Amino acid sequence: MADTMQFDLVSPERSLASLQVNAVQIPGAEGDMTAMPMHAPTITTLRPGVLRVESSQGTSEYVVTGGFAEISAEALSVLAEKAIPMDEMTRAHLDELIEDARNMYKTAQDAEQPHDIVEEAAKLLADMEALGTHMSL
Amino acid sequence: MPSLKDLKNRIESVKSTRKITKAMQMVAAAKLRRAQEAAEDSRPYTKRFNAVMAGLAASVGGSDSAPKLLRGTGSDQVQLLIVMTSERGLCGGFNANISKLARQKAQELKAAGKTVKILTVGKKGRDALRRDLADDFVGHVDLSEVKRIGYANAQDIAKDILTRFDAGEFDVATIFFAEFVNVVTQNPTALQIIPASYEGGEAEETSAVYDYEPSEEAILADLLPRGVSTQIFSALLENGASEQGARMSAMDNATRNAGEMIDKLTIEFNRSRQAVITNELIEIISGAEAL
Repeated sequence: MADTMQFDLVSPERSLASLQVNAVQIPGAEGDMTAMPMHAPTITTLRPGVLRVESSQGTSEYVVTGGFAEISAEALSVLAEKAIPMDEMTRAHLDELIEDARNMYKTAQDAEQPHDIVEEAAKLLADMEALGTHMSL
Repeated sequence: MPSLKDLKNRIESVKSTRKITKAMQMVAAAKLRRAQEAAEDSRPYTKRFNAVMAGLAASVGGSDSAPKLLRGTGSDQVQLLIVMTSERGLCGGFNANISKLARQKAQELKAAGKTVKILTVGKKGRDALRRDLADDFVGHVDLSEVKRIGYANAQDIAKDILTRFDAGEFDVATIFFAEFVNVVTQNPTALQIIPASYEGGEAEETSAVYDYEPSEEAILADLLPRGVSTQIFSALLENGASEQGARMSAMDNATRNAGEMIDKLTIEFNRSRQAVITNELIEIISGAEAL
């Protein structure tokens, strides 16, 4: 059994990572999951969170928001709308994201959109804030 | 016949024009490289995205429960044309070609009795279409302040379009942009983005049956709006590269023409200077002989 798989992290603007990895922890829409080689083929959407990549060169982390992950037995591609390496992440970045989420929540509330849209925006906001706590910024 | 002074002035002015066009060409060449890199960087994302979407669309697309963005509204009466052009001129036929394609399409649709709405991105296209189609304009996106096209720009445009779609303002949306082939060739292209068509079912190569989390429908509903942004983003990038390519070749031509003109004017200048000298000599000699 292969003990590594090909991992690609791409955002619309650039390709951030492409390497052989042992395991990747993905912030899936319905909960975190860890993908390892020989994982069953799965497609999942992402919630804002931290992607933890374990390879032979050590562990690296990325902050991702929105998008999806495509998992197959020997490869994993994460297509994130925004992806920022953890060490480039700053308080200012996070504030921006939280501000965006808050605006979205507000407009959803003001526009009296269906309940689930408002709820979704609220969830996004909560996710963003949780992200901040996780990073202890 | 122009005087020596006039000729000299003209040569000077053409020379400074050549300097400017030469500089613009070099700037465009540098920007082109950056624009091409940006377009290349976005390609893996677009490719994978489309592959996944093709798979999803193939499995869900047929059913009645498919989202409107994929299925369409069941009518094609109101057509939205999104015309993407540059903010600046001096780039050869780039803007004119895109506008021409959009105008043709608009006239075809009108002849078929459809309603046409136009959203312009970039100042030049709006200026070009204003004369015959100003009544159909529904909006304009200004990117003149944007130095480097980012995904956020595409998202803003997509959001605008999707809001209009949700409000039932149109049934079909088509984007117009120039596809970058190489420095001298840019293809004006029309691409329908709503309802989305993800053909090219080459996604089959993986042939694995995926588990979907949450459900297939939920993922599709989540991804379709992103698909609109993705397509607009890649169109914007193609356009950016095309614009710089078109400008580079246009400025290269202009520089060459200016050079030819300078040569011609210099010959004319030298000839008339020689004529003046000969004339003066004749006057001196005939003056001396008369004594």
